Amino acid sequence: MSGYLAGTTAILCINLIFAYGIFVTAASGQINLGGAGFQAIGGYATGWLTSEAQWPMGLSIVAAVAITALVGFLISFPVLRTRGVYMVLATFAFGEVVAGFLLHTDTFGGAMGMVVPFHIGLGILVLSALVVTLLTFYLMATRLGLTMRAINDDEDASVVMGVNVRAVQVAAFTIGGAFTGLSGALYALNFGFIEAQYFNSLLSIYVLLFVLIGGVQTAWGPLAGSLFFTLLPELFRVGGSWRYLIFGVVIVVMMMLRPEGIVTRSMIRRLSPRRLFARPALGSADAR
Amino acid sequence: MNAVSSVTKSRRDLFGPAIAAAVVCTLVAAAIGIGGIVIARQVVSGLLLGAIYMTVAVAFTLTIGVLNFLNFTIPTMFMLTGMAAWGLLSSGYLAFASRGAWLVALLFGVAVAVVASLIVERFTFRYLKMRHGDATEHAIPLVSSLGFLMIFENLVILSMGSDSQRFAVPFKSDLHIAGLIIGAPQLASFVLAVAVVALLSFVLKRTKIGRALRTIAENPDTASLLGVDVGRVVPVVFILAGLLAGVAGALFTVNYGDVSPLMGDNVGTKAIAAMILGGIGSIWGAIAGGLVVGLAETLSIQFFGGDSVSMTVWGLVLVIMIVRPKGLFGGATIGKGKM
Repeated sequence: MSGYLAGTTAILCINLIFAYGIFVTAASGQINLGGAGFQAIGGYATGWLTSEAQWPMGLSIVAAVAITALVGFLISFPVLRTRGVYMVLATFAFGEVVAGFLLHTDTFGGAMGMVVPFHIGLGILVLSALVVTLLTFYLMATRLGLTMRAINDDEDASVVMGVNVRAVQVAAFTIGGAFTGLSGALYALNFGFIEAQYFNSLLSIYVLLFVLIGGVQTAWGPLAGSLFFTLLPELFRVGGSWRYLIFGVVIVVMMMLRPEGIVTRSMIRRLSPRRLFARPALGSADAR
Repeated sequence: MNAVSSVTKSRRDLFGPAIAAAVVCTLVAAAIGIGGIVIARQVVSGLLLGAIYMTVAVAFTLTIGVLNFLNFTIPTMFMLTGMAAWGLLSSGYLAFASRGAWLVALLFGVAVAVVASLIVERFTFRYLKMRHGDATEHAIPLVSSLGFLMIFENLVILSMGSDSQRFAVPFKSDLHIAGLIIGAPQLASFVLAVAVVALLSFVLKRTKIGRALRTIAENPDTASLLGVDVGRVVPVVFILAGLLAGVAGALFTVNYGDVSPLMGDNVGTKAIAAMILGGIGSIWGAIAGGLVVGLAETLSIQFFGGDSVSMTVWGLVLVIMIVRPKGLFGGATIGKGKM
């Protein structure tokens, strides 16, 4: 495998885990524009634990994930007091505060960044991405996932049906925080160096776009979005500004033509093998 | 509503802001008292910087207040003004205007910003309204505006390069007031920024279009039942946002003499912070927030060094969001109506 391909795959895996972290909250109807903040906490926790506290690598990753899950849990309470545009702004502010804090704190290297003494290879990255993807698919199939979907579709109706909306949203933030933290930890360990400037608001914006363009209705969405945005530049074979210009045009056109994202629930239903091979039941919605 | 209740209401509304203003003034006075003329200079330059944040923050707060739309292209309008003005000036087409060329270029820049803002409106709000009948469905306009942010920024980089460029303004007279050095362009831009915002406030309060905007902010469906032509009023919000961001960009260009394709990013985030501080949807909140953020920025550079700016500003925002989530001036000033 060439170095270039390996680098692209590593970034794809990290972004995919990151995207699933944002997806879990988005699937329950909350937009998190502070993703880079969570990722930075995961990355810096790993960096500090391995280099300063000299913890073993595995334990550091677990600790980093636990810390970001805790942060997600705690931050969900003030954030959930807001909704809509206000929530976007609250999470955006959270990301900026984290980046500003890390940039200014000398314990974490300040503007100089931090060197991480361990390195993990591509194998673990791919495996982690696979595990997170399968976990999310499983999550969306559980009762919790079902209530998340219900809240996304209609919050008031969910309340009427007896869903504890607050508990589900807090859970979504906690799980999302854990996934995002894992992506930060893996980023730190794969690149061996972290700096606060990397975790900027643009990163939060891009990962949110991965998720929203991919689609939040099914767990396929982040996968489609991440692949789409990683492979699109390969397709055009252009670099730098042209790439982002094309991204921008694609985003605007996508929002006009297919605002629910690339993968929608009805599309999955249409393509599912059960439907392709089964005779439609009499009187069902599909029996046209 | 009778006169008495309106008086008590306005008193209650002013209570929080008055305390905030008093606290800020006391802190500033204390800082000047301790630090003397050095700090006084920082306060003045903070207020001048704050006037730019304030104008951009008002553009943000207006679009959120009326349309419930966080328009991420506003910093781009800011940047487009400066870059378009520089592009026109450096192309040499303005030789006829001789000494006034910079002014013509800046006016052109503001016009470009307004046109760009209308393009955004055409492909977000108008299109979605035509297609879905509801433009705030999910996060569609927000995501589209992020797309436009990438489009405009990279178009500018591709056509004019990503370097920072010098935009020379032919006057350099400084005013010396009680030991403070204030550049004439800075002072003029402060006055202009305040005038623009005051004009906007007047338009919203007293004119027909202002009443239409406030009605839409309250509830778009009721507004159209009451005879407000929503489809014609929405572009006004975008024109005003483009105009405010454009004016701020022109003032920034004159003040600092530099333009770059990334000049909007920092100002944009600071303006968002200012808006949250002041209370989302409140014009006066955006004004106060802008000035506070400008002050916080220069004073934290003075006391804690350059790296501390975002920490101070966003730390302030975080504290406000926990202690008083609706912001200093927030309240029910603008509705949460859906388009």
